[in-house]
Amino acid sequence: MAIIEVDNLVKRYGDTTAVNGVSFAVEEGEIFGILGPNGAGKTTTVECVEGLRSPDSGTIRVGGLDPRRDEDKLRDLLGVQLQESQLPEKLQVGEAMELFSSFYREPADWRKLIESLHLTDKVGTQFRRLSGGQKQRLSIALALIGNPKLAVLDELTTGLDPQARRDAWDLIEDIRARGVTIVLVTHFMEEAERLCDRLAVIDAGRVVAIDSPAGLVSAVDDRQRIRFRPSAPIDHALLTALPEVTAVERAGSQLVVTGTGDLLLAVTTTLARNKVVAADLRVEQTSLDDAFVALTGRKIDN
Amino acid sequence: MSALSRLTLTETKLFFREPLAVFFMLAFPPILLIIFGAIPSFREADPDIGGQRVIDLYVPIVVAMALAMTALSGLPQMLASYREQGVLRRMRTTPVKPGWMLGAQLLLCTAASVAVMLVLQAIGRVAFDVSLPRQAAAYLLGYLLSALSMLTLGLLIASLAPSGKGASSIGTLLFFPVMFFAGLWAPRDTMPEVLRRISDFTPLGAGVQSLQDATAGHWPQLLHLAVMAGWIIVAGGLAARYFRWE
Repeated sequence: MAIIEVDNLVKRYGDTTAVNGVSFAVEEGEIFGILGPNGAGKTTTVECVEGLRSPDSGTIRVGGLDPRRDEDKLRDLLGVQLQESQLPEKLQVGEAMELFSSFYREPADWRKLIESLHLTDKVGTQFRRLSGGQKQRLSIALALIGNPKLAVLDELTTGLDPQARRDAWDLIEDIRARGVTIVLVTHFMEEAERLCDRLAVIDAGRVVAIDSPAGLVSAVDDRQRIRFRPSAPIDHALLTALPEVTAVERAGSQLVVTGTGDLLLAVTTTLARNKVVAADLRVEQTSLDDAFVALTGRKIDN
Repeated sequence: MSALSRLTLTETKLFFREPLAVFFMLAFPPILLIIFGAIPSFREADPDIGGQRVIDLYVPIVVAMALAMTALSGLPQMLASYREQGVLRRMRTTPVKPGWMLGAQLLLCTAASVAVMLVLQAIGRVAFDVSLPRQAAAYLLGYLLSALSMLTLGLLIASLAPSGKGASSIGTLLFFPVMFFAGLWAPRDTMPEVLRRISDFTPLGAGVQSLQDATAGHWPQLLHLAVMAGWIIVAGGLAARYFRWE
């Protein structure tokens, strides 16, 4: 069952159309990614879902609720981590947790929550003294304090160092394991690829594709490339004759074979039959990066 | 604990972590009153002001000053910086409306001001023999209207200021004329007729006079009550019109 349904969402700011007809549905229990470059309309889209902005047109349902009309009910269902939102500088971690607990009718046990987020030794630390990663973890804890069915995390790992980012990813998988549906806004390809069950790629206010990371890649291009150093010379015609192979090129001492389908099996079988060993063999597959370029015509990180 | 009491408690703790704010809101007004009271001539009856002593006039003025400090610099600076940092926006995503934050701040400011007012009255009575208000109900009415007019003005500043720093500058800038006409530099009774006339129409000019009248045992003048009510309606209306959470 879809927990979020967005249908033909349009949001304008003055003359600019930030979101131009976005539609997608998020299924219960999945990690759904919204991937796109900065300024693509990702944050505006989720802010409409969170009921923080009213759409100019289109409909949104979150757990069957209209985020604007039923805002009060929505708040108990939805946990939000906002991009660039702060707490009072001198508020301590434990005080923040107690305060936000008091906002909900059935809050989670905040001590357990910050324990699972490795913040227990920071209970008495003021917000301004936390590191970037600790602030992000606190912000996740606050998003989960109300026991939400659904959490929207916006640019969660931006500004974190690689280790802190990996920790955050583990954490998100833990949260999903508890049955929370997660919407993850990101412009990190690696993050999307690693975490998301499905992704909506958004560019210039439109959805250009929705699929699993693997699905996106294969829909764009299932071409593969194999590189190896043959132990003995081999007639290229033997390889090009294979139905899976589209091209064979020599690059110095290496051969580069491009093709589709079960390329690796076809090539290695042929090599073995001709008593050729493939040394330094590498298979290069189209990445989500390549898929993104193919879908939007540009790289994400510009 | 309910959200509002938890919020008020938290904001109170945060307030006490700002030594400068604590000093100016809680300690400075009593210190100033004690300094005034230490001046010998301020404790002598002065025929120029109808046989009253200057220190008698200064108790309501310092009470008003405590209100103005809290409402014009403390409150707007807090709210505007919370808005700037996204604290209010973050609250909007919880079942509790950011309006509760406003409520908690108002409660805190009111409690702090009332506490300081009681301390000032006590110091005046014990140390300098200033009589307590003879008309307690009238005094409360005058105090309530003075407090409301300052708090709505503070909210108006918070509504219009772009940032916490901006709010604190506007508040400080407004503090001086408001306190000038309240008589901080020259009590109303010593002002030239024109200045006193202008002072009648400022929120704390009217406020101080009402407190002074109630202390002497009279009900405040209708003019002063109307002036304060007018400020509350205008400043409150504009604040409600322009206040934004984000």
